[in-house]
Amino acid sequence: MDMDDGMSMDMSGGSMAGDALDPQTTENGLFTVSAVSRLDPVVINETHAWTLHIETDDGSPVTDAEIAIDGGMPEHNHGFPTAPRVTENLGEGDYLLEGMRFNMGGVWVLTLEVSSGGQSDTVTFEFELK
Amino acid sequence: MRRLLVAGGSLALILLIAVVLISTGLIGGGTVGATFRDVFSWSVGGGGGALQPGVAPAHSWTETERGLIASLSIDRLPPLPPDPSNAVGDSPDAVALGHALFFDSGLSPDGSVACSTCHQPDNYFTDGKVFANVRDIDTPRHTPTIVGVAYSDWFYWDGRKDSQWAQALAPQEAAIEHGGTRTAHARYVLSHYANEYEAVFGPVPDFSDTSRFPPEAAPVENETAREAWEGMTEGDRGAINRVFANIGKSIAAYSRRILPGRSRFDDYAAAALVNDQAEMSELFSAQEAEGLRLFIGKGQCTDCHNGPLFTNGTFHNIGLPLPEGSRFDQGRTQGTYQVVEDTFNCLGEYSDASEEACVELRFIKLEGEELVGAFKVPGLRNVAHTGPYMHNGIFPDLDAVLRHYNHAPPAFPGHSDLVPLAFTVEQSEALKAFLLTLSAPPDAPPELLLPPNDE
Ligand SMILES: [Cu+2]
Repeated sequence: MDMDDGMSMDMSGGSMAGDALDPQTTENGLFTVSAVSRLDPVVINETHAWTLHIETDDGSPVTDAEIAIDGGMPEHNHGFPTAPRVTENLGEGDYLLEGMRFNMGGVWVLTLEVSSGGQSDTVTFEFELK
Repeated sequence: MRRLLVAGGSLALILLIAVVLISTGLIGGGTVGATFRDVFSWSVGGGGGALQPGVAPAHSWTETERGLIASLSIDRLPPLPPDPSNAVGDSPDAVALGHALFFDSGLSPDGSVACSTCHQPDNYFTDGKVFANVRDIDTPRHTPTIVGVAYSDWFYWDGRKDSQWAQALAPQEAAIEHGGTRTAHARYVLSHYANEYEAVFGPVPDFSDTSRFPPEAAPVENETAREAWEGMTEGDRGAINRVFANIGKSIAAYSRRILPGRSRFDDYAAAALVNDQAEMSELFSAQEAEGLRLFIGKGQCTDCHNGPLFTNGTFHNIGLPLPEGSRFDQGRTQGTYQVVEDTFNCLGEYSDASEEACVELRFIKLEGEELVGAFKVPGLRNVAHTGPYMHNGIFPDLDAVLRHYNHAPPAFPGHSDLVPLAFTVEQSEALKAFLLTLSAPPDAPPELLLPPNDE
């Protein structure tokens, strides 16, 4: 890392390394969920959108999911400063999640409750903004 | 030689060097602690500036710390983005009209109150009072600065407005502030500033028929004015609302231009970014640097006071004491509902924004315990000059503020986001010394800092 040009540190003060969360399987194994931010890199104090992608365990896209959003900073005992929600089914298992915002650096969680075909399952992503 | 060994990453070697230096009398034992921190932070930082003999370790920062310091610098403040809800926000004619209106006490029935009555340019657009107060009557809240607030998403301490122009309208009709009505305001502006208004907004509407447009009509508590307002047709009320909104948009075009200036801290941050320790030690005393270290480190101040304006723009309850005899102030829990219902919000018919552009209002958080008794995090630029402090002006000076943060009593009702700092007297003094480096005259065309007829 180049030390003294300042460029390597441009996003310090609250940003995520990269723009995507590693795909994760829901608690009971029903779905695999991945999340990619449309703001790259993810920084604090900017309201932005993510694209969620949902598949069944055999890899086929879930195109009729209902998705409830929760999250925040468990260590600080607060939620998101906004009320993010899925606003659009983009097709082929993709969903638009709008209204995401982080207001400080630290460890955040994003919990998605995915419902499809009469079944629900939950997944929690944990990530750090440094 | 020493740097090479440090890069090898062996703490044992660092200790060995220290022992050798002490035993050879090159440095005194009393500075061993400082030397350790100095050397160790370089090793953590993965390199950095060359050794500068005689430079105090106060200005030695890790790469992470330097990044955090730089993130607070005014150099990271982006150019002011347009306000999509205010189509004339960047029009020079609107700035000129707003400048005149900001200082015009004709916008109050008794001619005694202008925006500048409380937002005084000589006081960083604050008034130095505990509560905003005109005609010897206290309002429930302390006057915040307007310097740099154009970057905010929410306005007022409780965020009950979502644009600067919508905010500018509310005090016009508040009985204990300007105390006006929108029909009187519209008529005043259209008669005193007809040409200026037309230059920005086009042809001046005709409100001369007082049976259709009563002299004092507005949706306010005053019964006469309210009944007059309710007696108007919807179309006529809309025409008045349009002019009233335009008054706010002009005032906002002016107040948008009042931005924060470059402080001594910003020069320090620039020096820190390139790790120029000689320059850093010219700019900050060891105490000020220690205060900065506490601010970004142990104090966790940057959880909320982050970014170039030293605010995350959101709402937090910090367990403030209530002024004697006052009732609990709900703060954000009420502000959310007020902004959603506001006629002049981003999604309303007087806003120039598309629905998509109203992101903050569309995704506003309406529920959550953290909203109870929460208020907007104020930026800290010029904090030395904007006391008393907090939404209720409860602390007369920064010492009182720091005492609160040191003890951080629990909030009731609600939940305090503070953890007691429990700083020593020296640490508290250092933190205060750092806060005093954030001052700078506002960055605005000089003529905008004076009433227009003083030009
Ligand atoms: Cu937090």
